[in-house]
Amino acid sequence: MSKQLFSGSIGRKFAMALSALFLIIFLLQHFTINFTSVLSEETFNELSHFMGTNPIIQFVMQPILMFGVAFHFIMGFILEIKNRNSRAIKYAKNNGAANSSWMSRNMIWSGLFILFFLGFHFYDFWIPEMNYKYIEMKPEDPNRYYDEVVHMFASPGRVIVYCLSFVFLALHLMHGFQSAFQSMGARHDKYTPAIQKIGRAYAILIPVGFIFIAVFHYVNSL
Amino acid sequence: MSATEGLNLTLKVWRQKNDKEQGKMETYQVSDISPDSSFLEMMDILNEQLIAEDNEPVAFDHDCREGICGSCSMYINGEAHGPGREITTCQLHMREFKDGETIFIEPWRAKAFPVIKDLVVDRSAFDRVMNAGGFISVNTSGNTQDANAIPIDKHDADKAFDAATCIGCGACVASCKNASAMLFVSAKVSQLSLLPQGKVEAKERVQNMVKQMDEEGFGNCSNTGACEVECPKGISLENIARMNREYLKSGIS
Ligand code: HEM
Ligand code: SF4
Ligand code: FES
Repeated sequence: MSKQLFSGSIGRKFAMALSALFLIIFLLQHFTINFTSVLSEETFNELSHFMGTNPIIQFVMQPILMFGVAFHFIMGFILEIKNRNSRAIKYAKNNGAANSSWMSRNMIWSGLFILFFLGFHFYDFWIPEMNYKYIEMKPEDPNRYYDEVVHMFASPGRVIVYCLSFVFLALHLMHGFQSAFQSMGARHDKYTPAIQKIGRAYAILIPVGFIFIAVFHYVNSL
Repeated sequence: MSATEGLNLTLKVWRQKNDKEQGKMETYQVSDISPDSSFLEMMDILNEQLIAEDNEPVAFDHDCREGICGSCSMYINGEAHGPGREITTCQLHMREFKDGETIFIEPWRAKAFPVIKDLVVDRSAFDRVMNAGGFISVNTSGNTQDANAIPIDKHDADKAFDAATCIGCGACVASCKNASAMLFVSAKVSQLSLLPQGKVEAKERVQNMVKQMDEEGFGNCSNTGACEVECPKGISLENIARMNREYLKSGIS
């Protein structure tokens, strides 16, 4: 019977919600470190050096994160295809706005935009980083990180792509945060309103924070 | 008090001969419809008109015409049972529409609810989900325990009764962008599993009903909440969370 647990519709949504909550926690950590770049060059370099060189982070946490991201978007595609197949003939007239939020109906589109951003981010930050460390094997300079970030955000094109992507992340999480709890059956008269409030706060504050960091460095570079 | 002015309306109605042939939207005009008439009465008038013109009347499901049987499935202007909350199509009145308006009338759209004719769909997928576990096995040998002898928490009783108001209309499936049946199935699971008599088979029930639901081809739940808004009985999403909980618990215990 437990085989059905993850192949059935509820099991798939449970797995989806777990991977999403994992990403939410990861993003909070990512944001916290990035934000120190606004406060102190030294702290940011220290933290980045630690994250970039600690073997547990590099060879355990990083692969887990990659798996989590891949799992989430692949499962997202699987659900989307199954859901689309469940209605072969579309309505001639459908008024979705009458009963549900735009965000909740368009998770695949906000998700696809995030995926596009992740591809760009990967190409932009991660591949040069891997190249630096593991291919060209340049000697580690613990003070290089801050300068790299400042240099990156001096480009207005990049700042615009980042800002736009975080708007889509906000839309994704506006619905997604509380939805993940519902998917796991975590609903309670007393706690659910609080979860919804925390979800809205997270969905706005974290993306706005990331946007702030990008714009901050851009303005400083002028 | 009755309104004086009749409504002139353009109707775009889905016409389909049978479950094999393809259908299409047809346009009809009706005039001088009383704002006090119900939506189904307006459909009756359209059908009388079609019969008088020697045309095939529009087939649609209806029975009680008072919001209790759940048969009057119609997707009106992009919403299950049309505009208005916690009502079925038979409880919808023409005063909700404006003179000169165009009204779209379509059948429930879901792979699990194939069209039989015009606006009539086959909802027997719901029956098969019920057969899979929507019951309790009671001893009817003559020494059945008096139900009132078992004390039940008022909260649980209220929630079970709320869930039991589901009339199986399928508006939840029709409204859901994924044609998911989670609201219906969760109402049926909850109504039984909240009460002591239903707890005995709770684990197999939720697994079997969800399995059948998946096999019928209903979609997954994206938690959009459209079902809850369009449900004529105001069945709460709380039931879906309860079913998720029970299902996940049943898988690990
Ligand atoms: C990589 C690109 C991404 C894609 C393609 C994607 C796609 C999706 C889709 C299609 C859903 C809806 C699933 C459903 O309707 O059942 C979803 C849900 C969700 N996503 Fe994403 N997503 C992506 C990235 C992210 C990221 C980075 C986060 C968080 C930081 C996130 C958080 C969530 C949450 C919280 C949910 C709700 C889960 C639930 O309903 O149980 N997603 N995602
Ligand atoms: S849950 Fe509501 S919308 Fe769905 S079948 Fe029951 S009464 Fe109809
Ligand atoms: S005809 Fe029975 S609910 Fe509408």
